[in-house]
Amino acid sequence: MSVISIPDFNQTIPIDKVGVEERVSRLNKRSIKKESKVQALNLALSMIDLTTLEGKDSEGKVIQMCSKARMPYAPMPHLPSVAAVCVYPNMVTTAKKALKGTSINVASVATAFPSGMAQLQVKLDDTKFAVDSGADEIDMVISRGEFLKGNYNFIFDEIAAIKEVCGEAHLKVILETGELETYENVRTASDIAMYAGADFIKTSTGKISPAATQPVTLVMLEAIRDFYGDTGIMVGMKPAGGIRKAKEALQYLVLVKETLGAAWLTPDWFRFGASSLTNDLLMQIVKQETGVYQSLHYFSED
Amino acid sequence: MSEKTKENEAEATANGSPKPTSPNADLKHDFASFWNYSPAPESSDFVEIRKQYQHYIDGSFSVPAKKRYFKSINPATEEVLAEFAEGTSEDVDKAVKAARKAYDKVWSKLPARERGKYIYRIARMIQERARELAIIESMDGGKPIRESRDVDVPLAAAYFFYYAGWADKLDYAFPGRKAEPVGVCGQIIPWNFPLLMLAWKIAPALATGNTVVLKPAETTSLTALKFAEICMDAGLPAGVVNIVTGAGQTGAAIVDHPDINKIAFTGSTEVGKIIQKSLAGTDKKFTLELGGKGPNIIFEDASVDQAVEGIVNAIFFNQGHVCCAGSRLLVQEGIADKLIKKLKQRMETLIVGDPLDKNTDIGAINSKMQFNKINEYIEIGIKEGATIHQSNSSNLPDKGYFCKPTIFTGVAQSNRIVQEEIFGPVLTIQTFRTPEEAVEKANNTPYGLAGGIWTDKGSKIFKISQKLRSGVVWANTFNKFDPTSPFGGYKESGVGREGGLHGLYPYVNLK
Repeated sequence: MSVISIPDFNQTIPIDKVGVEERVSRLNKRSIKKESKVQALNLALSMIDLTTLEGKDSEGKVIQMCSKARMPYAPMPHLPSVAAVCVYPNMVTTAKKALKGTSINVASVATAFPSGMAQLQVKLDDTKFAVDSGADEIDMVISRGEFLKGNYNFIFDEIAAIKEVCGEAHLKVILETGELETYENVRTASDIAMYAGADFIKTSTGKISPAATQPVTLVMLEAIRDFYGDTGIMVGMKPAGGIRKAKEALQYLVLVKETLGAAWLTPDWFRFGASSLTNDLLMQIVKQETGVYQSLHYFSED
Repeated sequence: MSEKTKENEAEATANGSPKPTSPNADLKHDFASFWNYSPAPESSDFVEIRKQYQHYIDGSFSVPAKKRYFKSINPATEEVLAEFAEGTSEDVDKAVKAARKAYDKVWSKLPARERGKYIYRIARMIQERARELAIIESMDGGKPIRESRDVDVPLAAAYFFYYAGWADKLDYAFPGRKAEPVGVCGQIIPWNFPLLMLAWKIAPALATGNTVVLKPAETTSLTALKFAEICMDAGLPAGVVNIVTGAGQTGAAIVDHPDINKIAFTGSTEVGKIIQKSLAGTDKKFTLELGGKGPNIIFEDASVDQAVEGIVNAIFFNQGHVCCAGSRLLVQEGIADKLIKKLKQRMETLIVGDPLDKNTDIGAINSKMQFNKINEYIEIGIKEGATIHQSNSSNLPDKGYFCKPTIFTGVAQSNRIVQEEIFGPVLTIQTFRTPEEAVEKANNTPYGLAGGIWTDKGSKIFKISQKLRSGVVWANTFNKFDPTSPFGGYKESGVGREGGLHGLYPYVNLK
């Protein structure tokens, strides 16, 4: 194994805001038609982390959502199932049971989600509980306050500590980009997360606005590309929150394709953290297959 | 540390070891094996292209005196698109007479506000027919529909809107002076931005009260004649705008016509010199917008990913058929390897092909002549010992004139590919060590049209841009145009300015 040298995170990597946004708007002009559209809609569906993260979540709600995860749209059983369901730690057992016999992963948020304002030990325990309950993936949040103070070592060590507790479970690191504000901060946070051992980097908790945006996603994808170039290690990407329309999902896929290439266009390396996106994708898929739009009433709201 | 490593280290420092690169520097991204975009061609069904086009003189289409026609082809298919009238000195004379009559009797007598109204109307009609014009521009010139749709046509309309606004405000443009029109203007435009160059020329001329005789380039006359239809539909008085099609001889007839008061030319430096010679000793005013070999300077502290995008926009925009293209890349040595690697990666995602496909990034080379010229230069580059790299992922269509995006590394300032304008998707890459060296190299050509500076540091932008002998300097961007901004060259890149307030001067006599 080769030794990876960790860069100095205090060295800001300049990112030109206007340039990033222009690049996104140019990529948005890609016209996705016919076969490539059908292919992309199905791909996007298979990349969804179907999510419920509410104070009012109950076993009943989670079980119903898992049922949708298995078969998103009963009239078309050939459609792919989603990649994972994402729940709070105390719902992991329920979700695990409901998804038994499928390849759908259970992801659990942890580390005092969504604020992350807790002692390290609490976060470690939170993570351990989720992992012990059977979570395949852990979605942790970084301590944004410490990050904005410039306490990068703290962030790095915290992620590394959580990663250790994760064991076999995949670690997704939520940067909460809406609170980091600048693209430079997003880039630095991405680099810290990847060097500290993240398997995925993720934009947002979904609790802060703005959540995922395409320019932020592009900055993170470029960070992943540079990390891959420097270390040879692939890291996954998950934009989460605020992606509701199939058209946007396709635009995200274009971003991935033209920044990282075909290898990342799988649920193993790219996810959508979204719930309402599922039904819009289904609607578009039905439209592609039948030629007509079906009313929203035909799609389950789980 | 063992004796041996110490020794190696000492040796390395003494001799200057190459900069260490990442052990994974050869890792490649695969952009092509999965999820390729299905064809998404813009439909050209509703576009009406006649078999034959006449000159547009004195408000109507008129058959050329010698009844000779030439063919214009679609460079993406090599099929004949239409026939155009070949302009002779008789035709030019007829057009100039019509323009003179319209100038004396109508246009110069019209209240300025009325002139403005016509120009506003033309601008709106360009917007209304934007889709049609964009498709024709792509069919005739080979440029990707994404560019003709998003750049050429909207900008052309914007120039008409902008100059329409000046028509009745010339007293404010030149406070305390009286701006009088110069008379009949002869205008000769190139093939790289046919409709846009027409707008750059006609809009300020009409706004200031002149009448025009315009000759579009022989390979791209179609949108000019569509523009003639717009003039008719707009009810523009006869003779205010006259369009004579033809090649170099037609242009010469315009330049040499004794009753023309001003010549505006955009094209090659070679032809510009001939024009300037023939204008010597006459009292004709003139503006020349000629060639360029734009330096694009990337400093170590630039935002690299955005700079790569800027390089792509600078040289591969419109197949590199841009006089202000950033065709010479100057990179600071510290980031050269990283930047070139990223640029090569980015080039793999450029789609070369059918200009009418909405996903095409690089369309067809405008003409066979230009295609041959570009290929000649690529050969010259190889012979000069430069290292060539072309993108691999895009397969070129079997028919039509297509050229892969090309970069040359290992080039020197003395190379012909660095000194001469190629006017194609060919970039030369040189490195530099200090800002002073960058400026020296940037200025070391006979041209001085446009350049770019990429750095995160604002003060550096101002410091360097003041030292560049260049009409336009873009900072952290490239190839941005706006009607309010003047455009023009230093040295052999031209005389005079077009666009903005400055663009009014060549079309007025101040009293």
